[in-house]
Amino acid sequence: MTLRGLGRGISIGKRCFSSFTEVEKPPMDGKPINLFSAINQALHIALETDPRAYVFGEDVGFGGVFRCTTGLADRFGRNRVFNTPLCEQGIAGFAIGLAAMGNRAIAEIQFADYIYPAFDQIVNEAAKFRYRSGNQFNCGGLTIRSPYGAVGHGGHYHSQSPEAFFCHVPGLKVVIPRSPRQAKGLLLACIRDSNPVVFFEPKWLYRLAVEEVPEHDYMLPLSQAEVIRQGSDITLVGWGAQLSVLEHACDEVAKDGISCELIDLRTLIPWDKETVEASVRKTGRLLVSHEAPVTGGFGAEISASIAERCFLRLEAPVARICGLDTPFPLVYEPFYMPTKNKVLDAIKATVNY
Amino acid sequence: MSAFSAVKILPSPPITARSTPKPSFPFVFSSPSSPTAGGIHRPAAAPLSSSPRPLRAVSSHVLSNEQRVASHSHQDEAEVTREEALDLYEDMVLGRSFEDMCAQMYYRGKMFGFVHLYNGQEAVSTGFIRLLQPGDSVVSTYRDHVHALSKGVPARAVMAELFGRTTGCCRGQGGSMHMFSAPHNLIGGFAFIGEGIPVATGVAFSSRYRHEVLEEASPSGGLDVTVAFFGDGTCNNGQFFECLNMAQLWKLPIVFVVENNLWAIGMSHLRATSDPVIWKKGPAFGMPGVHVDGMDVLKVRAVAKEAIERARRGEGPTLVECETYRFRGHSLADPDELRNPDEKAHYAARDPILALKKHIIEHDLANESDLKGIEKKIDDVIEDAVEFADASPLPPRSQLLENVFADPKGFGIGPDGKYRCEDPKFTEGTAQV
Repeated sequence: MTLRGLGRGISIGKRCFSSFTEVEKPPMDGKPINLFSAINQALHIALETDPRAYVFGEDVGFGGVFRCTTGLADRFGRNRVFNTPLCEQGIAGFAIGLAAMGNRAIAEIQFADYIYPAFDQIVNEAAKFRYRSGNQFNCGGLTIRSPYGAVGHGGHYHSQSPEAFFCHVPGLKVVIPRSPRQAKGLLLACIRDSNPVVFFEPKWLYRLAVEEVPEHDYMLPLSQAEVIRQGSDITLVGWGAQLSVLEHACDEVAKDGISCELIDLRTLIPWDKETVEASVRKTGRLLVSHEAPVTGGFGAEISASIAERCFLRLEAPVARICGLDTPFPLVYEPFYMPTKNKVLDAIKATVNY
Repeated sequence: MSAFSAVKILPSPPITARSTPKPSFPFVFSSPSSPTAGGIHRPAAAPLSSSPRPLRAVSSHVLSNEQRVASHSHQDEAEVTREEALDLYEDMVLGRSFEDMCAQMYYRGKMFGFVHLYNGQEAVSTGFIRLLQPGDSVVSTYRDHVHALSKGVPARAVMAELFGRTTGCCRGQGGSMHMFSAPHNLIGGFAFIGEGIPVATGVAFSSRYRHEVLEEASPSGGLDVTVAFFGDGTCNNGQFFECLNMAQLWKLPIVFVVENNLWAIGMSHLRATSDPVIWKKGPAFGMPGVHVDGMDVLKVRAVAKEAIERARRGEGPTLVECETYRFRGHSLADPDELRNPDEKAHYAARDPILALKKHIIEHDLANESDLKGIEKKIDDVIEDAVEFADASPLPPRSQLLENVFADPKGFGIGPDGKYRCEDPKFTEGTAQV
């Protein structure tokens, strides 16, 4: 069973998976690899299957600071896999130009904290290219990948989660995987999607997350959330590395008899409102959790949308367990983060509302 | 290239030129009095600048079609007194020992995060910063421990900051990459490359404004100078060029110092830059550009003196490219596999501390035991710094919420007058922050 071609991803969305370190019934076999290896495989396949795909960014030539691009330069040549100078704005604009000419530009921004100089190009050019040229040109071939999120010791500028800024831009897609298997399928789908995509990779999981990942080419659907765990008392929504925190919280409250439904949003915009709504209609309670600061984070959008759609069904206010409204701190990072205990407190408070 | 520029773009010097120490290039200066400067429209001289003086390190040619490399005047090197030489030596040894201790502490788990060490580049920091007056400012990058030390921030404060303690220079908030010190006019530590350069430009503007508009005299007798340090990779970033333009346009008292160590993590400067000769980018914007051997503290000091005094007199910015090298990897997490061992060996042979030591001994400025005495003193300073940092307390939890805004009550302190993080509801996620 092989899957080729655009647009036909496997729908493993509705199956039940437990945590990514133990897969109960894998539909596909694969070797256990970690996140950066899965990303690496996806990039190898992307470049193999499309002769006009390019990977570039700072230090990608030797494999990148997180080893995601290992072996690409040797295999596909320096014409297709190359280092850029240190200019994020230039990298993004250059990628948009490449994409506008029909190429698949896979740009790497070394840390999501450094994406802000590129923000102008991404928001003002990439997102609006098709719209303002009346569909004469588009930069659908553009994929920007960037490691994001806390890593334990990153401090102010190696730990940020800027996804909310991009979610506010019509014309862009924002995708965040939670595990190696998801990452490979989602990244291939993003690269082949005909819209510009910003793909954030949770850097904490690069080495820590290990999962069995099939070696062949496969894609996962965008804009489809995945229900990882069925439950009946409360719906938990998250993405990226935060899901493992949510999972541990689920396991703990299960001992108290609270049954949680856990949803991985996967694509932040355009997000799968139907799946989340269906779940909240079942449970009546919602908790959203992300690492980015709570005010103006993407949890606010989910909360507002669900409140609109499920107002009468909700038994308790939508809870948001997120980072604090401070710059990402150096010391006391655990205190800033939406930890398992904070999630537990909120689950109990919401269920007992 | 602008049609007004009188600089001819020369072919880049051969790459092999790096393998032998070469004399410094002279200042490349487009002087209004030069007959060959034709076509450049020069803005009116700022009130403070005197008529352009010949600079000591220049061989008197200005822009012309043939740019000749003049040999560096050797008499500069001997013109340093015993006190100055020992001060330079002590500062460089302090920088080196401190960084070595950082590495030890890191591998023992006492400090964490991303730490970038300065070993090998001490001549640049010492050569420039020891010439500065207290009112002058320094803006640095993430490789800023030694800049902080040279500027006068006590080793204790820097070490404590690295350990994340309250007694650190930023109270433990910033860590390795964000050293700030108001009393010493150290305006940061920037993790993000290039971000410090516009900040430095603003600081320089403020200095000029204070002097000329507000007419506040500075103890230095001229303008307070700002020195911005950054690397070769940064010279490909837009912010760098924007600031060269602004600084020259407004004749700001700033010196742009490029610490060209040839590598930006794993990217070789020569492979990332269309014209790797960075000092030439200065004249493109109308300011002097100069190249100096950054492994020789006396040469750096001579060039720095010129550049700083120019700025102080109000003659505007200078771009100084220092050819230097970092002996360790980019950061303590960098395995440093990409650089050629021959290249490393070449620069290790040009260790600035050993070079200065040799110079001091040869010119009879001090003897071995004086230098040993200095090294011992520095060892004690470093040990004391580590003990101090170890014994210092970690910040209180309330510090997490402080200083987000100016008004602590607006954020960090709740309506009951206590810090919000001390609210028992805090972990519930339902406490408003």
